[in-house]
Amino acid sequence: MTDLLQLPPDPIYDRRRTIQSMASASMGRRKMRNQVFTGLIVSCLVIALIPLFFVILAIIEKGIAAISWGFISKTPVQPTIFDQNNIGGVGNAIVGTLIIVGLAALIAVPVGIIVSIYLAESDNKVANLFRAAIEILTGLPSILLGVFAYSYIVLKTHTYSGWAGSFALAVLMIPVITKASENAIRSVPATLTEAGLSLGARSSTVVRKVVVPAAAPGIITGVLLALARAIGETAPILLVIGASLNYEVNPLNPMPALPTTIYNYAGSAYASQRTAAWGVAFILVVLVLILSLGSRFIAARMRRERH
Amino acid sequence: MIDLVNESKFNRRDLALGDSPKAKSDWPFKLVVRGISVLFALVIILFVWSIIHQSLPTWKSQGLGFLTNTSWAPGLNQFGAAPLILGTLITAFIALLIAVPIGLGTALVITFLLPARIRTVMTSLVELLAAIPSVVYGLWGLIVLVPLFSNTIEPALQSWTGGIGIFSGATQGLGLLLAGIVLAVMVLPTIVAISRDVIAAVPSELIEGGLSLGATRSQVLTKVVLPAAKTGILGAISLGAGRALGETIAVAMVIGSSPEMPHSLFSVGATLASIIATQFIDASAPQLAALGACALILMVFTASVNAVARSLVRRTATVGA
Repeated sequence: MTDLLQLPPDPIYDRRRTIQSMASASMGRRKMRNQVFTGLIVSCLVIALIPLFFVILAIIEKGIAAISWGFISKTPVQPTIFDQNNIGGVGNAIVGTLIIVGLAALIAVPVGIIVSIYLAESDNKVANLFRAAIEILTGLPSILLGVFAYSYIVLKTHTYSGWAGSFALAVLMIPVITKASENAIRSVPATLTEAGLSLGARSSTVVRKVVVPAAAPGIITGVLLALARAIGETAPILLVIGASLNYEVNPLNPMPALPTTIYNYAGSAYASQRTAAWGVAFILVVLVLILSLGSRFIAARMRRERH
Repeated sequence: MIDLVNESKFNRRDLALGDSPKAKSDWPFKLVVRGISVLFALVIILFVWSIIHQSLPTWKSQGLGFLTNTSWAPGLNQFGAAPLILGTLITAFIALLIAVPIGLGTALVITFLLPARIRTVMTSLVELLAAIPSVVYGLWGLIVLVPLFSNTIEPALQSWTGGIGIFSGATQGLGLLLAGIVLAVMVLPTIVAISRDVIAAVPSELIEGGLSLGATRSQVLTKVVLPAAKTGILGAISLGAGRALGETIAVAMVIGSSPEMPHSLFSVGATLASIIATQFIDASAPQLAALGACALILMVFTASVNAVARSLVRRTATVGA
């Protein structure tokens, strides 16, 4: 017993005691810091959601008030000081947007899918460079596509036109479709393609009848996302589509569209037109939501089928 | 036997375009796939060329002086990009100053604090923020925020700071500060989404190691998770910066569209992108060339920022995997 007591003090034991006492002394401080930090990041989340809440609130509150059957079917009327509330409707802009975006999809969907087939099946330097260029294109401001469409279509045809807007939107949509579709094609199991080939099918037949159908949900998700983005884009079409007060179905002529209507009405001197801008915003956000929820729904179903 | 060896080298990649056994009968398909791809590549090249081409007269007449010239006055045929470049950088800086800390905090909460079900809801809400079109943010800024800023927020800022330096001048709502704040709302979803991905890729061994040493959650998040995800977070910030530099319509609606040298946060101004939106239609020939030059500067800015961002994000993705 006495021997034990006479042993020299254990340095490790001492250090452990020191650390323990420091830890318990700092426990309160660390707990408090933890709580402050947690509170801080939770308030970040709250702050992040505040603008969303107010934007949605404004769109619903002011937008629904503006919407009526006449609003979505009539053509616009320029209000005067004597007749400030007579602004007509935005029916022609709805039709214009549907035509411009529809035409853009008509170009972008086949081109996007075909380019993605090329990218999914090639891994050489040229393909990698092409893929990088497409990715950079995604990050460029969309107004640049408006400048592009202006110098190659509006200047050459000497007129603003819906189709120039479709062209700009198509170039905007293709990278979105290509990326989603390339990923979808790459994740089609090799056994499927091999089975097709082993049956003696041509590789083009296998791509058309096996690979693309198997990748369809992913491709459709990409197409819907691209549409959701294109339908709300203002910058690329603002410079090239011109405007019209009438229903216009010929894309070779100047056309009105929903986003540009918001842009033009937002700064109007007439309260009635500013209210109308909220109505158009409501229509536009509903369209965007339908498209993005649709793409989400398909993506979720696809994931469920996989597992 | 020789055939078998060749078959074993057969690669899925060769499927559409390579030398498959029946490649000869596949030429129309290959032609279409390659032809359309080449066509789209040409469109991209044409796109870049069209911007360069349109800006050429400006570079010829002004050279690099265009970048430092401080007067943009179409009426006097004076075109200098300095106020626009400054406006672009200032608004993007304000946006990042606000959106980066809030975005990082949000990403941390979504990844580490929320139960799975609420996490999905919050993620969808943040995505919804990204889905709202730019012009709708512009409308909101113009009609809801402008009165709020000119009557309440900006006077309050002035009385706190004494109204000197960057807080001097008339409070009109429209201007650089409001544009920066609207931009912050718009780049927030990008920053949250990307930084959430890179934070989620931090190996759980690191986090568990930290916790097992007795570190509190805040210590683990600030001293383990954030440093480990540093590169990817930088990538997320650069992607946000790319968006902030190029955002057009919402900024054009709330910045006051007046290309003059800014002297305070409340100054009206213009950015490289917003000036194209507001002055392109009805522009004279030299003005079109100057706007083309603005477009070219914008393209170089955003393309390089994006290229850096993508390589940063990709680097973390491969390290994490």
